[in-house]
Amino acid sequence: MLTRRVIPCLDVRDGRVVKGVRFGNLRDSGDPVELAAAYEAQGADELVVLDVSATPEGRGTAVETLRAVRGAISIPITIGGGIRRREDAERMLANGADKVGVNTAAVDRPEILSDLAERVGVQCVVLAVDAARRESGRDGWEVVTRSGTNRTGLDAIEWMRRGQELGAGEILLTSWDRDGTRDGYDLALLEAASNAIERPVIASGGANSPEHMAEALTHGADAVLAASIFHEGEWTVAGIKEELARAGVPVRRLEGAL
Amino acid sequence: MTPPSSTQPAPIRIIDTGIANTASVSAAFGRLGLSAALCESPDAVREAAAVVLPGVGSFGAGIGRLRELGLVDAIKERIEADRATLCVCLGLQLLGETSEESPGAVGLGVAPVAATHFPPGARTPQFGWNLVTPGAGFGLADAGYAYFANTYRLTELPVGWAGATSDHAGPFVASMRKGNVLACQFHPELSGPWGLGLLASWARACAGLEARVPATGRAEAC
Repeated sequence: MLTRRVIPCLDVRDGRVVKGVRFGNLRDSGDPVELAAAYEAQGADELVVLDVSATPEGRGTAVETLRAVRGAISIPITIGGGIRRREDAERMLANGADKVGVNTAAVDRPEILSDLAERVGVQCVVLAVDAARRESGRDGWEVVTRSGTNRTGLDAIEWMRRGQELGAGEILLTSWDRDGTRDGYDLALLEAASNAIERPVIASGGANSPEHMAEALTHGADAVLAASIFHEGEWTVAGIKEELARAGVPVRRLEGAL
Repeated sequence: MTPPSSTQPAPIRIIDTGIANTASVSAAFGRLGLSAALCESPDAVREAAAVVLPGVGSFGAGIGRLRELGLVDAIKERIEADRATLCVCLGLQLLGETSEESPGAVGLGVAPVAATHFPPGARTPQFGWNLVTPGAGFGLADAGYAYFANTYRLTELPVGWAGATSDHAGPFVASMRKGNVLACQFHPELSGPWGLGLLASWARACAGLEARVPATGRAEAC
């Protein structure tokens, strides 16, 4: 049976891993290659690398980082951040990514999803959705883009449905309200998303404990993503998986991993 | 990617279908101390000590690309001659005759099998790690977890092939082997230490290439 995935996320800028609260106040957490190798040895199921630099120079550095990480680990790598055109995606795949995450570019120009799916296959296309609860007491979630600075008004659930039709193979769903807060994943959002679409959903935003992860996995998530909880050494992937297994969640564990 | 030395060509050639994650395949062999380079000519496919047919993308596009490069006969000859060949993911399905993914497209036809969609209710693509259990005569690896990314699969092992099975809304062919030809529905290059171990065993047993397996933890069932 298919196990549930635990996915550390490396937010990378200028060749270093950084992680902030609500995408702001970026702090330095370490060397991406060292962290990636450590997470693989702990039993990480995949790695997500998010390029959070905002300059063309930064994009070049991100490709170098990707190549270095690829040479050090043998688990899948998804890269996101700054993928604007099909050529950007192809460059990342050629340099060691297995999947490419598209966020703002897909909202601006949804055809990029079908274009990519046709060219590289749905298995390589991840639609990254940043969703925020609607303001002023209205139900539901809306899509936010440009690192949260732009509320689009687009219904997040509708958008994921559309993304699936266009060719997204997987959804990386970040709760904008929970990201960096450590209050746990937005379970209602996960449930609504997984009921609405057939594609696997990766829960992101708010994890602070194995209990949060177990909750997400029983509320529709197929995988859980987290950053700070791992980078700051509170939990190893192996430690999280031990707790998940104890809670009855099927996970892959590595012999001897700590 | 590990560049081949100037005096000795890389013993492993990865067919450049233009749509696959060839960098990950090269990197995995690199970690094993084995040099792998891309190739797209029939001569290279015929001559290499070992050939990898990777595959990401659709069945129709995959076989179309092999036809375009003029590689169909060279690949079939290798397999019929029992020369070391590794087919990954879509590469496994391309060995068969047809796939529900691309009606009308005809595969290599090395094995009389057809790929079908996972049943309704199974989340697709199957993304993630699933337990692979080798059957009689498979060799090369013990049971372990491997990384899959597929929507279509084979449910029947072709006659004359040894197999390994997994389960996603019912059993399916995770891998099949005939002599020196190994086909994996999963991605051994992305399957951590277990995957590297399988690649090393295949390189050693099927192509006579000695690999150096990095010391990391071994996968266990939970």
